Parts: sequence; C-alpha cells; structure tokens
Amino acid sequence: MSGLQYDVTIIGGGVTGAAVARELSRYQLKTCLVEKTEDVCSGTSKANSAIVHAGYDAAEGSMKAKMNVEGNRMMGDLSKELDFPFRRNGSLVLCFAEEDRPALQALYERGVANGVPDLKIISGDEVRGMEPNVTDEVVAALFAPTGGIVCPFNLTIALAENACDNGVEFKFLTEVTDVTKIEGGYKLAVKGKEDITTRFVVNAAGVYADVFHNMVSDDKIKIVPRKGDYCLLDQEAGKHVDKTIFQLPGKYGKGVLVAPTIHGNLLIGPTATDIEEKEGTYTTAKELAEVTEKSARGVKNIPYRQVITSFSGLRAHESKDEFIIGEAAEGFYDAAGIESPGLSSAPAIGVYLAELIAEKTGTEKKADFVATRKGIPHVSALSREERAALIKERPDYGTIVCRCENVSEGEIVDSIRRTLGARSLDGIKRRVRQGMGRCQAGFCTPRTMEILSREAGIPMEEICKNEPGSEMITGEA
Amino acid sequence: MTHHDIVIIGGGPAGLSAAAAARKAGIQDILILERDGVLGGILNQCIHNGFGLHTFKEELTGPEYASRYIAMVEEEKIPYKLNTIVVDINKDREVTYINRDEGLVTIQAGAVILAMGCRERPRGALNTPGYRPAGIYSAGTAQRLMNIEGYCVGKEVVILGSGDIGLIMARRMTLEGAKVKVVAELMPYSGGLKRNIVQCLDDYGIPLKLSHTIINIEGKDRLTGITLAEVDSNRNPIPGTEEHYSCDTLLLSVGLIPENELSKGAGVSMNRVTSGPNVDDCLETEVEGIYACGNVLHVHDLVDFVSQEAALAGENAAAYVKEGKEKEKAHKVPLLAENGVRYTVPQVLNVDTMKDTVTVRFRVADVYKDRYIAIYYDDKLISRKKKKVLAPGEMEQVVLKKSSFADYPEIKQIKICTEVE
Amino acid sequence: METRNLICIGCPLGCPVTVTMDGDDINVTGNTCPRGADYAKKEVLSPTRIVTSSIKVNDGVIARVSVKTKSDIPKSKIFEVMKEIQAVRIDAPVALGQVLIADCAGTGVEIIATKDVPRI
Repeated sequence: MSGLQYDVTIIGGGVTGAAVARELSRYQLKTCLVEKTEDVCSGTSKANSAIVHAGYDAAEGSMKAKMNVEGNRMMGDLSKELDFPFRRNGSLVLCFAEEDRPALQALYERGVANGVPDLKIISGDEVRGMEPNVTDEVVAALFAPTGGIVCPFNLTIALAENACDNGVEFKFLTEVTDVTKIEGGYKLAVKGKEDITTRFVVNAAGVYADVFHNMVSDDKIKIVPRKGDYCLLDQEAGKHVDKTIFQLPGKYGKGVLVAPTIHGNLLIGPTATDIEEKEGTYTTAKELAEVTEKSARGVKNIPYRQVITSFSGLRAHESKDEFIIGEAAEGFYDAAGIESPGLSSAPAIGVYLAELIAEKTGTEKKADFVATRKGIPHVSALSREERAALIKERPDYGTIVCRCENVSEGEIVDSIRRTLGARSLDGIKRRVRQGMGRCQAGFCTPRTMEILSREAGIPMEEICKNEPGSEMITGEA
Repeated sequence: MTHHDIVIIGGGPAGLSAAAAARKAGIQDILILERDGVLGGILNQCIHNGFGLHTFKEELTGPEYASRYIAMVEEEKIPYKLNTIVVDINKDREVTYINRDEGLVTIQAGAVILAMGCRERPRGALNTPGYRPAGIYSAGTAQRLMNIEGYCVGKEVVILGSGDIGLIMARRMTLEGAKVKVVAELMPYSGGLKRNIVQCLDDYGIPLKLSHTIINIEGKDRLTGITLAEVDSNRNPIPGTEEHYSCDTLLLSVGLIPENELSKGAGVSMNRVTSGPNVDDCLETEVEGIYACGNVLHVHDLVDFVSQEAALAGENAAAYVKEGKEKEKAHKVPLLAENGVRYTVPQVLNVDTMKDTVTVRFRVADVYKDRYIAIYYDDKLISRKKKKVLAPGEMEQVVLKKSSFADYPEIKQIKICTEVE
Repeated sequence: METRNLICIGCPLGCPVTVTMDGDDINVTGNTCPRGADYAKKEVLSPTRIVTSSIKVNDGVIARVSVKTKSDIPKSKIFEVMKEIQAVRIDAPVALGQVLIADCAGTGVEIIATKDVPRI
C-alpha cells in the first residue's frame, strides 16, 4: 500500500458517506470514514423530509434521476437487510388548476422515461378518496405508489454500523482542514490531530463538498446551502395524511410537502432559502409562517397547535442542479451536490462509487462480508410475548425512560453499547427516539444523561447534546 | 388475571390522597402504580415552601407535604409499585403495566383512578425561531437537575413564561449563584402567583417583562443569546422593540398540559380547554368506573386543592366498588362555562345523586377587575358574587348545594359566567 | 422621610401600596384592606423570608437533600445563609426534620432537612 495509512478515506458521515463506506466494505480495502462531529448523521442527513422519492422529478438521463430510481428500487431489500424502518406509502403530486395539467402530464412522462414504475394520473375526486384532507382546489394528481418514507437516522446509522462491522474504521471529531496530493494518494490535514494519508478520497462532505473538491480540482464548483424549515407535529396528527403530498410547482411557487413520518408524526416543509453560512441551521419566523401558509393550499385543517418542534436543514445545492458523482482528480471521488433526492439515492450512490473505486484498484470482494445488521429492538412495538421474554432476559427493557415514545432503559443502553454507539443525547435520540416525542425530552433528559454517563464513562459535566461545546450542565450546584 | 378493587395510576399528591381516602372509605384492596423510584411525584423536586396552608394550616415545602401523605399510605399499608409504568388502560378497566421485575402485567381493576399529573409545554410547541442548541430547558427539568441531581444548568439565564415554576427557578438559580437577567411573559399579565413575583423576582431585582416574547435563539452548540421583543395585542412582535440578551440558559415556563395518553387510550371523552377528561360530580369520566383527579384532570395552582379533589375521587371510587355497580344517574345536567369562564370541573352534575354540596372549580379567560361570578339554573339567576379581581392564573370555585335544586326538578343546564354589572 | 413602593401579596388583588416613613411614623396608602397595611409595615421594618435550598449528601440514594430555615430569617441575611448551606456536606442517611446546621449565619435559626435521604 506504498506506506499510506488507508486505501480509501471518506470525508463525511452523512447518509452518502455511510452508504459509500458500506459498499466499500464489501471489498478488500482498508477504508476509513472521517466525520467532524461526534456521530454519523448529524448534518443534512438528520434534517430533511425523510422520504424516498419515486424518481419522476429529475431530468431524464441525469445522475439525479438514475440514482433516485435505483436507490428507490434498492430501499425495500436494504431496509430488511439492515433492519431500518421504511414503508412505501406512495406519493401524490397535487395539481391545482386545469392550466397546470400539461405540467402534470410532463412530470408523468418524465417519470416514465426515468423508469419509475406504476405511475398514474388520477382525478381530484380520486385524490380526495385516497386522502380526505386534500383540498377541493385540487383537480388532479400524479400518483406514485413506489414513493416511500424512511427513518433517515436509522438508514444512515444502519449503513455506518454495517460498514464498521465489516471493517471500516470510523473517526469522529475529525475535521479535515486540507487535502493535498502526495505520491500515490492524498494527505488529509486534520484539525488538532495527526494527518491522514490515503490512496483514494471520497468527498461526501455535504455542504462542504465544494471546499474539498476545490482543493484538488481546477474545475471549481460551488455548493450553496439551501435552507429548509420544517414543522413536526404530534403523532396524534400523524394520520392526517397517509401518502406523501407534494404540490406541483405553479404560479404560487414550489409549495411544501405534507407527509407522515415512518414513526407516525406529521412532517410539513421545507422552505427553500439560499444562505451563506454552511452551519446556518436556524429557523426563521418568516419561513415557519411560509410552511403553514403553503401547506394549507393542498391539505386542509392541519392541526398546527400540535406542533412539537420545528427545525431547519441545509440541502447541498450545486449551481448546475445536478449530483456530481465521480472522479474529480486522480483518485479523488466526489459525491457532491447531493441535495434532494439524496436520501433516496444514497444506496445507489454507494454502489456506484464503490464499484468505480474497486474497478480502478482491481480489488476483489471479501468472502466474509456480512450483509445484514440487526437494529435495536423497539421494545414497545413488540408483541406482548416477545416483550415479556425480552424483559425476562434483560430487565432494563422493562424500565421506561422516555414516556412519550415508550423507550426503555435497555434500548438506550443498547444505543450506547453497540457498534458506533451514541456518545451524545442527540445520538441516543436518533437511534432510539428517546426525547423525540411530545414532551421533547422534558422528563427523560436527566435520566438519559445519567445512563450515558454510566455506560460511556463520560462525566456528567461533559455530557453533550451533540458536539463538544453543547454541554448540558455547567457543573455541580 | 389478578384483581384489585381500586388501581390508582400515579403516586404523586393526587394518587396518594385518593388512596388514603379510598382506604378510609373502607376499601382494603388498593394498588398504587408509580413510574418514579419514590412516591410523592413532582413535589419531591419542589423544595420551596408555600404548600399546605389550606390542608395543614402551616407552610410546608413540597417534600414535607408529600411526606405527610406518604406517611398515611405507609401507615395504612396501602400497597404500591415503584418504577412501574402503566402502558395501557382499557374501558373494561384492565390495566397493563411494565416494570423490570415483573415485565408486562395486566390486572383487572374494580375502579381506576387516573392521577398521572401533567407535563410542561416544550419549546417546540411555541415554534420559536432560531437555532436548537443545548441550554434550553423546561423549568421543571432544570428544577429536577438542580434539586434532585445537584447540577447547575447554567450561569446566565433568561426565563420565558411567568408560570410559577419559572418564577421559583428564577430565585433558585439566583441563590445558587446564576445571574437571571429577565423573565419575559407573552401575556399582559403573569401566569404566576403574586407572592412568587414579589418573593422570587422583586426580592432579587429580576425584571419581569410583560407582553414580551423571544423571537430568536442563537448558538449552534450551547445557547449564546436570545432576542426579546415586545408584542402587540395580537401577540405579534413589534418591530423596533428588539432587545438582545446574552445568556447560556433559557428556561421555559410556558404552560402545563395534563398527561392524558392513558386516559385517551381508555376511551374517556376529553375536554378541549382543560386537556383533561370530562367528569361528573363524582369525578367519574364518561367510562364507568374510571375516575380522574389532580393535574391530569385540570392543572391546579395549589396542591391543597389537588389533595381535596383526589380525596373526593377516592371516596367515590370506593363507593362505586362497594356498591358493585353504578348509581342510576338519571338526571345529568351539563355545566356550561360562558362569558369569561373558560371551563368548569366537573362538566356534568348528577342532580339526583349528588352530595349535599359540590365544589365546581374553574378558570377565567383574562384578568378582570370588579366583575361578578354568576350562576344560572337554566335562565334563572341563582347567585351573583362580586370579585375584586379574577385572573387566569388563579383557580376559582363555587359551591352548588343539592338543596338549591329542589325548586328546579326539570333543570336542563347550569351556567357559570362572569358579568360586568 | 423615605418612601417605598410595594406590591401586597396578601391576596391575588396585589395592591400597589406606598409606605412613607418619617422616623417612627409609618403611613401606608394604596391598600384595599388592613392586611395590606400590616404587610407593608412588616416589609419595611423587618422583612423576613424562609430560605429553601439543598445540601450535598454523601452516599445517599439521591445526591441532594432539600433543606429549609426552620423559621424565617431577616431578608438581608439570605445570601449569607446560602453561603453556609453551600459549604456543608452531609453523610446519608438524612432524616426529615434533622438539624443540619445549628445556627446558620448567626441568625440563630436552624437549617433542617425537608426530606429523608436513605443511604445507598
């Protein structure tokens, strides 16, 4: 390996980086993933619409279209293999005016051309038959039965855990500050830590992908963080719609989506505001109001008094409006501009890039690759018998810590102890939904902090919400 | 399936008082199910004084008040299970709980008393814009971390909401060395008790800004500051009134919500205003044999009234169990809350079977000066009492006498309202 | 002559009362009832408070025992009392009513536990 530490180093522990890591772990390669925060899934991958697009949006022949349709196709099997929640709830694109029908038809045709199966244009009444809360204004809709909803956290975490179990090394709190070409590969300078040397680099750095790309390529790109605000509603509102409801872009602009989440909440958003700051995950009153206002056009009577939280995510928008996937410089591979439908596409992007790299190196697949991963049991969702048996075996599954989401101490312990275990409160929340419910961790925060402190050996004063700097307490009283 | 005459969900002030009263009424087979590791509920972390003036005629701290009721339960040897969470109650009064020793267990209750208390409204429910850093706590969470676990949650503090827990925490954090910079309240009046404003804020020079709210939260990792703005009469921020405060901690004391997931699961009908079950004068919900009391029924200001209410639920559940069936409730009269009265508890009165007196508790919608509280039986004015001041933060009550219905055998409704003159 | 503005906490009405002091002569205005005058006089002459806090416990089932001053103390002594409370460490078990500080900050008032904290 010519003295380099790794064959491949992936920058970024989002869903794309995790998917690439997982696919690379099939091969006889020494792979490492570096992530600047304390956990995987802590950037764009944690704050998005949590949907698996059918694939009719992107232009025919584009990487976006190819990866989306392929990723969607893969998602069902993958969810079984890696044990993360996914459901094909179907999606609807609402058309509000007769004059917009040609646009709806064009979307249908694009979808067919992209290879999206089972697309259908249905009438307004048919839409309302499926979704009684859709407004009377709707005249028709594009129905895509293959559209789905997924847990973006556990998709990413499952990919990462499986990669780790198959030998990929993960380095957290590892912020790459510079990439330089060296003999046979690259040297990555890391803030406050030793340099990393590697033969290949995969740039999956989300909103920062342009920074790394531009370090090695003269063909400059620019990633603009496109901010989207969302409102998340209580599970009581989760059945307000069953399908993911989009609005056909028209004279009122792009609209927002209304969708159930895989965990039964109702999610509404996002807005789209291009900003400068790559860490600008703040919501604004104006955009939150926009979410409310726009959603009402397609779906009536949304119970906004049941909002349990609002949040903002940044899409890594590339100015050419296309995924940039491939070799940007000798041995330096981009997965840049991965905005929507990035979550849907991740599994396919992983396969695509891993195959490119494997081909280049002529590496063989491992014989001992383990394709499956078992998730943390969601104890309250089990049958009575299964639950009783589990508690008998592990009594801490019988102690409920998070009352809103019915999360037991055992599940929290699992989330800390397992491969790539959680080291922050947000990390626990993403893995087992502690604090995700209607009280938003009011009751369970102190208890969860104690468990994390005990299991991970972190002093209480150092327990963080997420990254260092987000400590929860300031000391003993 | 094991049977218990009365199963009480929650071992806080309401559950303990209900248990003691049910035992006094002659029920031996009572079981209290408590999710925490100790009895006493939220009182354990309310270490300030001011509890029990009505009940014990002395001023106790929360833990002391709780200990009196815990002692009653212990002396009466009323069984309880700790660290036990009820996951389901159905309309047949089958109660399913879970704990680490027994796993998942379903028991049959003769009567169920709901006494689960309430929770705090979180930041998310306010939809306050900005970042989502560490350092934002509901006041009760901060109270627990400080008073039970012994940790400081921050050094420079802003408090949103002037509910009593927020006011109490303003003083508590000041005493522990933190700087509480301001308490902001969206409404033009405080939701907390006067006494707390004087003794928790004024004593320490902490400003209370009424008609103010937070319009931005800063800090990517830990909170670094907030922006406060004055609001107009529609509660919209007024441009130009923004003020920035640097702080590492934001405490929220913006309302309490009864914890009624189990009640809903049992199929009881819920009241939109109280967010608790609808009950009759026995504090029985619309599901036979299921009673509710304390903060799960409606949020109280004073624990003394929780204890009183819960004792009534305990007595009535005991009577129901002893008689083996429900009394014939032939003449149900709805109580209507109108003109400035937001709700009443109970919502229904059984005129035939009611006790000699029934206390009706309610809250008003706004701060009113020199208004009357009026009671109407159908269209007939029955009583009218002048109040110098009425405030949403102070629960009010009227007492209805059984004898007063003698002249109204056909009464269809009881109306409780405020009147100006 | 000195003037102080107070809010009476006798009842929810919260009357704004004005106290004027001229030597021993104390005059209260703005109160609606006699309780307001009594409250205001006490507040200007000898305001007192109960102080509640918590003390660190070694080897207890919880880390802190809640405490209070057994009776009210002069308002001006609050922070001195807190300083002594914060300096104390106590070994479990602690019993409700147990005296944890005999004479706190020279007030002559005891600090007592307001809950039981058993040993682990």
